[in-house]
Formats: sequence, structure tokens, C-alpha cells
Amino acid sequence: MLMISPKMASGMQEKQYTPCLLNFFIYNPTFGPREGEEEKKILFYHPSEVEKNEKIRNVGLCEAIVQFTRTFCPTKPAKSLHTQKNRQFFFEPEENFWIVMVVRNPMIEKPNKDGKPPTIEYQEEEILDTVYGAVVRQCYSMYKLFNGPFGRAMETGGVELLMQKLEKFFYRYLQTLHLQSCDLLDVFGGISFFPLDKMTYLKIQSFVNRVEESLSLIKYTAFLYNDQLIWSGLEQDDMRTLYKYLTTSLFPRHSEPEAPCGTPKTVKLFRLAGRDSPLRPEVAGNLLHYGRFLTGPANLKDPEAKFRFPKIFVASEDGYEELHLIVYKAMSAAACFMINASVEVTREFCEQLDGLVGPQLTLLASDICEQFTINRRTSGPEKEPQFKFIYFNHMNLAEKSTIHMRKTASVCLTSVHPDLMKILGDINCDFARVDEDEEIIVKAMTDYWVVGKKSDQRELYVILNQKNANLIEVNEEVKRLCATQFNNIFFLD
Amino acid sequence: MAEEHYLELSENPVQFEHASSVNNVFFDEANKQVFAVRSGGATGVVVKGPDDKSSVAFRMDDKGEVKCIKFSIGNKILAVQRTSKSVDFINFIPDYPHTEFTQECKTRNASILGFCWTSWNEIVFITDQGVEFYQVFPDKRNLKLLKSQSINVNWYQYCPETAVILLSTTVQGNVLQPLAFKNGNVSKMSKFEIELPVIPKPAKLSLSERDVAMATIYGQLYVMYLKHHSRTANSPGAEVVLYHLPREGPCKKSHVLKLNTTGKFALNIVDNLVVVHHQSSQTSLIFDIRLKEPDCSVNTQQPVLPARSIHPYRIPLSGSAVVPSQPPVPCQLYSSSWSVFQPDIIISASEGYLWYLQVKLPPTVKLLQDKGKLMDFLLRRRDCKMVILSVCSQILEGSEKAELPVVATVFDKLNQVYKDYLEAEQSYAAAVESGPSRGAATQKRPVRTQAVIDQSDMYTHVLSSFSERKGVSHKFIIAVLMEYIRSLNQYQITVQHYLYELVIKTLVQHNHFYMLHQFLQYHVLNDSKPLACLLLSLEGTYPPAHQLSLDMLKRLSTANDEIVEVLLSKQQVLGALRFIRSVGAHDNVSARKFLDAARQTGDQMLFYTVFRSFQQRNQRLRGSPAFNPGTF
Repeated sequence: MLMISPKMASGMQEKQYTPCLLNFFIYNPTFGPREGEEEKKILFYHPSEVEKNEKIRNVGLCEAIVQFTRTFCPTKPAKSLHTQKNRQFFFEPEENFWIVMVVRNPMIEKPNKDGKPPTIEYQEEEILDTVYGAVVRQCYSMYKLFNGPFGRAMETGGVELLMQKLEKFFYRYLQTLHLQSCDLLDVFGGISFFPLDKMTYLKIQSFVNRVEESLSLIKYTAFLYNDQLIWSGLEQDDMRTLYKYLTTSLFPRHSEPEAPCGTPKTVKLFRLAGRDSPLRPEVAGNLLHYGRFLTGPANLKDPEAKFRFPKIFVASEDGYEELHLIVYKAMSAAACFMINASVEVTREFCEQLDGLVGPQLTLLASDICEQFTINRRTSGPEKEPQFKFIYFNHMNLAEKSTIHMRKTASVCLTSVHPDLMKILGDINCDFARVDEDEEIIVKAMTDYWVVGKKSDQRELYVILNQKNANLIEVNEEVKRLCATQFNNIFFLD
Repeated sequence: MAEEHYLELSENPVQFEHASSVNNVFFDEANKQVFAVRSGGATGVVVKGPDDKSSVAFRMDDKGEVKCIKFSIGNKILAVQRTSKSVDFINFIPDYPHTEFTQECKTRNASILGFCWTSWNEIVFITDQGVEFYQVFPDKRNLKLLKSQSINVNWYQYCPETAVILLSTTVQGNVLQPLAFKNGNVSKMSKFEIELPVIPKPAKLSLSERDVAMATIYGQLYVMYLKHHSRTANSPGAEVVLYHLPREGPCKKSHVLKLNTTGKFALNIVDNLVVVHHQSSQTSLIFDIRLKEPDCSVNTQQPVLPARSIHPYRIPLSGSAVVPSQPPVPCQLYSSSWSVFQPDIIISASEGYLWYLQVKLPPTVKLLQDKGKLMDFLLRRRDCKMVILSVCSQILEGSEKAELPVVATVFDKLNQVYKDYLEAEQSYAAAVESGPSRGAATQKRPVRTQAVIDQSDMYTHVLSSFSERKGVSHKFIIAVLMEYIRSLNQYQITVQHYLYELVIKTLVQHNHFYMLHQFLQYHVLNDSKPLACLLLSLEGTYPPAHQLSLDMLKRLSTANDEIVEVLLSKQQVLGALRFIRSVGAHDNVSARKFLDAARQTGDQMLFYTVFRSFQQRNQRLRGSPAFNPGTF
């Protein structure tokens, strides 16, 4: 959590601290309405070592704030509380269930002379409500994806079960929150789509349909390539959460040298030179393939292999449904198959799936790769994009960023200064306030310009760095970007 | 079983007086005419052709037993052979003298085996010592020898379609010499030898004319040789060996059709299929020489379908007006009195019938389980369209529903043919365009065969009813539609709007808006104004359709007016104004529309802004902020 800034102040070293998680708790005020029973309200508290009375005090405070602010606006209770040292976020995902996250503000520690304790300066205005509010909501969505709503645990096993589930889930999940690198992308919670030509896309469609037909247990399928979505049989909201899980958790955990993409012909070579390839291809029938399970059994041939898959909950016509999540990957192509949880997934089924999907997916992956390389070649050599931008479409959740590096499990790297990211977030807040299309141009420090455009449901943020540019030039530059990058959509100038 | 007879005799046979001691019957393969000659012609010659026009009746003097009788093409001149030395001619051209004239063969001591007409006035005599090619002058009542060829001939075969005569030469008879006749010329094609199952010792005539036939299959000339099972060799049965006779170049053994049985056989060609009749089992086999079997070597083929007999045939008792209630008599099929002629003719001289053999496609569907092979087979048949469409319906619905990969294979096969036709059509159109000077004359307009199954056929006969059928899962419907669209795309065929509409309708009906959204996102459904309008109409149930529609209109780049209308209807007046300016159409747009829309918002500031914007435009264009009366 410690980040030492290279900034030097008057010869003395300053220490800069990024925002970090102080507390995270979930409570339900109706579970302990009487005095002396306050502890019963608390369903989960992080860190758990905190002394009981302090837990009760903190929960009580939140309850009070929410209650108090309700008198001003009964339909929209407080969402966050700003204090000098920290910021609290309140979220009521289900009736009377509250999730509270307390984030310590970023701060700068200035050492003092003469052994005096260092002065601490809190940067209260540096963090954005929208970003961390989104993080809290994401926490809940992720819990719900794997456990169903809170109410479900209550129905099946009462408070005890719910507390167990919360403990089990959030104990691990909170460790993966990297509050210092949260930004605008967390607000969007978008999906990156893989650009693909029509014919290859139709081939994938055909593949999905055929697999679903021959393995009729499969209810939904999602298809990804290079961690980008191509097809989702799930509805948008569920896909959004699943996508987040896959790209930030499952895929990074399983990342390993894949069969190289680039020369598609290599697939055949690798088939012959199986022994020397980094991955040993599976032999199914006479076809060699690179398919493997990312969830469930690591090795099908292992007689001890367990055929247990993570279960997920997705929305259905009557509430939600529980599904087994089978993630199967061949080279850079990943297919998620979802099967009704009431059915047991057997070894035979997995072997059948492996035999059917493995060779096809391997071929498809090399097809996509080939197509991708052709496209890249025709669109010119890939150079560092001149523009740094973030694009997001609320309609299909499509996001595109040239600011962010590839996401990994631990950090999400951006190539721009956090101050600029904050400006993006501020512009986003401004956009959220009104329905109208608008455009905001901000001159930031050191020759940076930040432009935000909103047209219908789309938002575009561009960061430009041009020496001595004026407003007109910046405007022209953004127009040019729109004409080249977004010419096939309706984006008002 | 009854539904499995895939061969049948034509319903309206040509009827003639059956052969008897006083009535001799002859058949001319060139004109497909049957001659019934009563008492040497004295009591009448009745000629029945495939249609009434080619039927004639006349009398001629009985000058001895008729050995062969044939009209020249167009019934202009009749040639009658009565002796082995000469042929007699009678003019049938009006106003020409009707008296007979005679031509003796030029070669001494030769005897005439027969003759063939190659045009309305050219005739070939085939003698045991060669061929003589004559031109007949009916007005002068004489013949002129054009060409002659000296060669020992055992027997001959004639293929009228190509005007090729095949001569059997050498002692064993297995060296065949084809000769092609055209416009008074004879050209020798390369001769070839047929491998005999057993070489007889001492040498004797071993290749019978009954075992050899000539026919054109898929536009190419073939010699078919019925190779009987030899007792010594360990072959499981007889074979038909096909020799391909190209116009130029050497003749090649091209196909071996395995009959897997022995006995008496006869050959026909129907719809480019080789039909082999087997007398003792009373069944027939069919072979399609274009059908490649993966497990066979290139040119050895098994029958396409299991052996079946010709569909039972009942002879309607003709002239039975007297006893109309009498039921038709079943006809004995595969009778020993049958004579089989190329390509598709079966004659029963004893009963007085000439039938055309026909292939019935519907029964083949059940007999050929492999749908891909079935499609290959059907696509090459003449009257295949409705059968193919019914197969398509069958594999999508009901008990015989096929799996998606099979459906995909069928679609791909159909679209391959469809694409070939579209391409031929296109290159023809291009040739016509480039002017009559070159190309156009040589290029013929491509013929649209029944095998060309286009999108509208599929939509009307298969897809629209299938997509509305109850009890079919919508998942399967969508999968099938996408598979068809994939196949069309694979062959670069432009997909018609109504198919997209069907996809959208099905998705919308089942609330699969997100799927629809993804299809549009990847441009699987091609942009078009009608599609954009359809999307606009969905906005009520699925709001994102609005954005999808606007994007599509934008990409079309010819729909700027529509975009303005959409924006104005949403009261996005400024947006509309900015858009129209960005596309450079601000100068000639009607201000009234915008001002109307601005006024309707009730926002005075907006109205003022719009108004000012147009005033400034007017100022720039005409030097005055005033609006032109009438024009705005």
C-alpha cells in the first residue's frame, strides 16, 4: 500500500500515501433493534480484529447518519460521508441490508525537524464518490454472482448461513480490492469487445450453436478472445459481473505462456511438434488440441480429478437461477459454458466436452488470430496511439481505453498521471448530472488538455498533450480523432 | 416399399402396332421414331415419333423384306435398306419427285451393315469393309460420295447427339474406332482398345455390340462397356467400364461402376445418371459419375442407391371405350422382349410400347441417408427444386430433424451452386456491358437450372414457415437462420433484407434483445434503411434500438434526412442542427422544420438560438438575415 512519491520538498523527503481500505462492514438494523443486541446487526466486519464496541459504534454511526439524512430526502439516503481523514460509502443493495466501506483519504506525511512527529496532510478532495461508490456496488454484484442475493442465504439457512457466506466471500475478495488504482473504468464497469470481421464472428456463432445443440445441458455460452468479449448468451448485467470476474481474477490466475499468436500456420506445426511446445496439447481422438479447463478438473486423466465447478447466480424470468460455470480455454480463446446447477457435471460430460470443444476451439482460436493479424496488418503497423482516450457506451457497456495497460490481477496500470485521471472522473460526474449532450474541455497542468464529450449514451474522454495548443486546435484535434476512430457510429460533433 | 421405386416409365408411352409375322418394327435412335412396316410397306408404314409432329403414315411398294428404315433429320428423305448391297431413297419433300432411287455401296464385295443419317441430306453407309459418307441430292435423285474410309468392321454404334459412329474392328472386335461426322467432314478420333476379361484362343469376335453403348453424360461423350463377370477371375460381379471420348485427345478409361452381381444387364442414361437394369433380379441400379466416394479410388463407384425395380406399370387398355370398367393390365417389367436404347428409351416390340425411363426424386430422399451426399445428388438432377426444398424443410422439423452441422453442410452445398450461378450471371452482364464487339457473342447467357435455390426460395418454402412453427425451440430457429446467413456470407452472397427481418422478428418475439444488440454490434445484419427503420420501431420495447438505428443511418451516409427527422422527433433540435452542419447541408436545409421543433419544446431560449442560427446563415448566404418567403 505504501507508495513513495519521487517528489522532493525542500530537501526533506515527503511520504505520499494512497487511499486505502479502513473498514468494510455489512449490517442489517432490523436484526438487533433493541438495546444490548446491537452486535446482532453486524453480519460482517473487516478487519475482524476490531474490538466489539468499536464495531458497534461505527455501525451505529452509519445507521444514524443514514436515518438522519433520510429526513431530508426519504427516497435518496446519504451515499457517502466526507471527513478529514476518511470517506465512508453507504449502499443498500437489498432492503435493510447495508454495505459500508470506509476509505482513508490519501495523505502526505511531511517529516519535521527536531524529532517532532511528522505533519500529516490529508487530501480530502482527491478521491471521487462515483469511483468508490461503484466499487462498493461491484463488491455486492460479485457476491451476488457467486452466492445469490443476501435474501437467498437468509431463506435457506438464516442469519448464520448468511454470515458464513459473507465471511467466506469477502475475506478473500477484499484482499483483491486495489483501491489506489480504482478510476473511471470502475465507474463504467464496461466490457471490452474484441473487434472481429463478420465472417469470423459468424463462425463463432456457429460454433456456439453447435456445441449447445450437441451438449444440450449447456444453457448459456459466452465466448472471449484475448480477454475481450465476443459473444454472450447471458444478459448484459450478469455478463458485466462475470466479465469482471473472468478478466480480473480467473484469467490472470491462469495466465501462462500460450501457444504464440501471430503465424496461424504454427498451429499445425505445434501439432506435430507437440513435445517441444510450451503447452502439451491434449490428444483427443486423432486431433491434437490446446483445450483445457480453467474451472473444474485441471487434468481430465487424473483418476482423482474432482468435477466440481464454481456456481454462479444469474437473473432469470422468475428471480435468479443457479448455474455451474465451466470455463474452457484453448490458446487465447475462452468459452464459458453454463449448466443448470441442479444437474451434476460428470466426468463423462467433461470428457465429451473436451473431445468436442477442444479441437474446434483450437481451430477457431487460430482462425481468429489469423484474422486479427490480417486486420492489424491492413490497418498499418501498430504504433503507440497518438491519442489517449477512454470511450464508453452505456447502451452495450462497450469500453475502450488507450490509457490503461493490460489489467492484471494485482494492479491496473494507467499511462497517465493520477491527477489527469481525477479530471476525467470529475468530468464524468458533471455528465451524470444532466441528460443533455455536452462537451467539456479542461486545460490541465503542463500542456495537457482533457476533453470530455457526451453524445446520447456515449462518453468519450481524450487526453491531449500539445505544446502551446489553444482551444480551437484542441477542438480540431478531437474532431479528427472522432472521424478516424468513431466514424461508424453516430457521434455528434 | 411402394414409395421406394425411384425409376418409372413415362406415363404416356408411344404406342404402335406390335411386331408380328406381318408387321415388322424398326426403331431409329436419331429421330426416336418407331416404324411399323406392314407387309414390306405395301399395306402401310406407320411412323410414331415422340410427338405428333414426327408421326407419319404412308405406303410404299413391297420390294422385298425391309432390313432397316430411317428418315433423314426433319423427315425429309426416307432411306430403306432391303439388300446388303444397296439402300433405296424416297423423297418426302413436297414438290419433289417421289419415285425411289437407289445407291449401291462403292466397295466391291462389301455388304452393308447399316446406315445412319447425320443431317437432313447426309448419310453414312457402314459396310463390313469400311464407311462411305454420301450427300443426297433429292432433286437430282442421286448421291455424291463425300468421303470413304476403308477398315474392317464387325459392328457399329451410332450416337446421334454427337454424330459419332463407333466401329468395332480387329478379329476380337475390341479395338474401337470412333468417327465424328460434321458438315460433310469425317474426322477420325483416337482409337482405343477395350480390355477383355478373357483373351480367347484362338482369336474370335469377343466383344459383342450388345455390351457396348455410347451416350453423353454431363455433356461429355462416353463409351460404356458392360464387362461381364469372368469365371476365372475372382471379381465379385460385373462392371460397367466408362471410356471418356473427348473431342480432341486420347480416349481414357474414366470410371468403373461396380454392379456386385452377374447376369443380363441393360444400360440407360437418364438425367445424367447411368441406369443399369438387371434382368434376373428385376431391379435397376443407378450411378452418378460425378458423385465421389471418399472411400473408393478415384474412378471406382458403387451404386448411389440400393437396387430397386422400376415402378410397377399398368397398361391402360387402349381403345377400350367399349369396356371402360376393365382395369388396366399390369405390365411385365424387365421382360425379355424389351429392347433398351440410348439414352432413356425402352421398347416392348411385342406389346407395341415405347417408354421413356424417368427418375423420380422423392423416393431417393429416404434411400440416401447421408444428407450431404443426397444434396450433391439432387443438385445435379433436372427437376430437383421442390425435392431439395422439401429436404430442407424435413431436416429442420419433425422426426427427421438433422443436427446443425448437417444443416450447415446442406446450406453450403445449395449456396455453392447459387453462388456459381450468380457469378456466371455477373460475368455475362459484364461481357454484355463491354459491348458486342468481343466476348458477348461467345458468352452465352447462363441458364438458371432448378438447382439454383436462392434466398427467396429458401425464405418462401422453408425458413418462414419453419420459424413460425410451434414446438420448435427458438434457440434452434435462431441457430438455423444464423447458419444460413453464415453460409451466404461464406460464399459472399449479399443477404436479403427479409432474412434479417426474420432473425430480428424471432429474437424480438423471445425478448432476446441483447443477442440482437450483439449481432448488430458485429454488423452481422447488414446496414440498410429498412433495417434502421425496423430498429427505430423497436425503440419502445428496447430503448437501445434508438442508438443502433442512428448508428446504422450514419454509416449508410445517404440517410442524413432521416437522421434529422429522428433527432427532431426526439426534440433534440440542437443536436439535429449540429449534425446537419457537420455534414455540410446546413445551407440548403429548410428552417421551418427546425423552428417548428424548437417551438414545440416550449423552450424560448432554444427557439431563439435556432432562429439566430438560421438568421446568421441567411446573412452569410444572401447578405440579409431575412428569410426568403416561401423557401423556408
